[in-house]
Amino acid sequence: MSRYFVDRNAKYLVFVCASTSFVILAAIAMFILEESIPAFQEVGFLRFVFGTEWRPTLGQFGMLPMIVGSLAVTAGAMVLAIPLGVGCAILLAEVAPHRVRQLLRPAVEVLVGIPSVVYGLVGMLLVVPVVREIGGTGYSVAAGALVLTAMVLPTIISISEDSIRAVPRRYKEGALALGATHWQTIWHVMIPAARSGIGAGIILGIGRAIGEAMAMIMVTGNAVLIPTSPLDPTRTMAGGIAVEINYASGIHQSALFGVGVVLFVVILAINSLAMVAMRRGQGA
Amino acid sequence: MHGIAWCKSLVAFIATALIVATLVLAGCAGGPSSTITEAGSTTVQPLAERLAGAFEAKNPGVKIVIQGGGSSVGIKSVNDGIVDIGGASRELKPDEPNLVKHLLARDGIAIVTHPSNPIPGLTRQQVTLIFAGNLTRWSQVGGEDKPIDVIAREEGSGTRTAFEETVMGKALIKAAAILQPSNGAILTAVSTDPQAIGFVSFGYVGGSVKALAIDGVAATGENAKSGSYPIVRPLYFLTKAQPMGLVRDFINYCTGSEGQSIVVQEGYVLAK
Repeated sequence: MSRYFVDRNAKYLVFVCASTSFVILAAIAMFILEESIPAFQEVGFLRFVFGTEWRPTLGQFGMLPMIVGSLAVTAGAMVLAIPLGVGCAILLAEVAPHRVRQLLRPAVEVLVGIPSVVYGLVGMLLVVPVVREIGGTGYSVAAGALVLTAMVLPTIISISEDSIRAVPRRYKEGALALGATHWQTIWHVMIPAARSGIGAGIILGIGRAIGEAMAMIMVTGNAVLIPTSPLDPTRTMAGGIAVEINYASGIHQSALFGVGVVLFVVILAINSLAMVAMRRGQGA
Repeated sequence: MHGIAWCKSLVAFIATALIVATLVLAGCAGGPSSTITEAGSTTVQPLAERLAGAFEAKNPGVKIVIQGGGSSVGIKSVNDGIVDIGGASRELKPDEPNLVKHLLARDGIAIVTHPSNPIPGLTRQQVTLIFAGNLTRWSQVGGEDKPIDVIAREEGSGTRTAFEETVMGKALIKAAAILQPSNGAILTAVSTDPQAIGFVSFGYVGGSVKALAIDGVAATGENAKSGSYPIVRPLYFLTKAQPMGLVRDFINYCTGSEGQSIVVQEGYVLAK
């Protein structure tokens, strides 16, 4: 009976495996939502999300500066990381000779494994002083964006490279046979065909960037202000939670869970938007 | 709502299982006859750990559990009866519960700059104006013509609260101040920025930063003890009522001569 038993029940086993991650996600979502309810009730949801004053010791909880801070460093990082990452992926997949690729690819993969506190430290000791030369204290949106660029590049590069390589060979051969140059083939055929994979890499990169706490605490300055220039200090949502959770109790702690809820929603929104955009792109 | 209840019962189950496991293990090890718990200020924590270790060595069978959490957590936990002793590195605020305070030690707060900064010292008034954002260039206080980078602790920190009480008075630390989440992070930030000013506990001052004289008084333990250095805060053990039994013995040990010699060894200033 055993062989048939296994065969019949294997699907239930993998179903259990698959549902674990969903259960964990649901448990986390419910837990942070429940913990944040006292803060939402006390402060009022709209004042919590769109308020600009965050002074926990005075009972003021307005998290808009942190939302702006997270979006600013993430957008800044993407402006730099997308062209750099896709360019590097094209080099690795299409242009570089085999030996160069053998050297570059592991280097990119090592970058993924570096802990974020190390990125933060390097940012604090190298990037912040350079930004200070331009103006301000150096602890800034710009420093945060530069550090995040380094952190998300490997994700974007490796996923983009894989998806460019996965483009069927006949697309490339067809384009070349029609008289397109190598570069025209890459730009007008390979990249559009690999678009959904490149998009997936970018979404993963955004997810890592917006959730990063440690490195951002070390280089953004953590001031709860809506930045008006890239040289201004800022505080991200994830950084804000990590900075204050050690000291928080009561309504303050609940408010930090509230920040967690908003961060959760922002990440879900970005992912869904990106998915919709990619589907549209493929349909066209 | 059903889901939340389910989630809660799962958490409760895991917590119970952990507690039972801990008790069983403690029982097997022939566990301590009595336990004292302390929680609160992370400034008090390292000192409390040293004192607890010394007390345990003298009193076999006694186990003292020391936890962090911050001064506010310490005050709340001892008032709620969750721990025997709360640790606080600042005075109690008027709206906080009325607890019995046991002065453990005093701790000076040093105003620090980059070692290359030529300024020898500041007045307390100047420090207030710098952190409030009214003075923004070193030339305004007799230094080089460079901007001042103000670096402070995050809100809720006992060191920040003590700094606000002893230096800022009614003024607020400016919103654009760079915030770092620990004494160590302040040191790193100040030691890598020639324009920076920050504040740390005396125990953290080392060669990487310069501690400024305040009102002409050098930032030394001696001056903090004599009362001439103006930025000093108390480190308290808090109890809900007058302590009894083992808790009283431990607190008496800490405030007595043996405990106070450990206080000095650890770089803090004597309670009396």
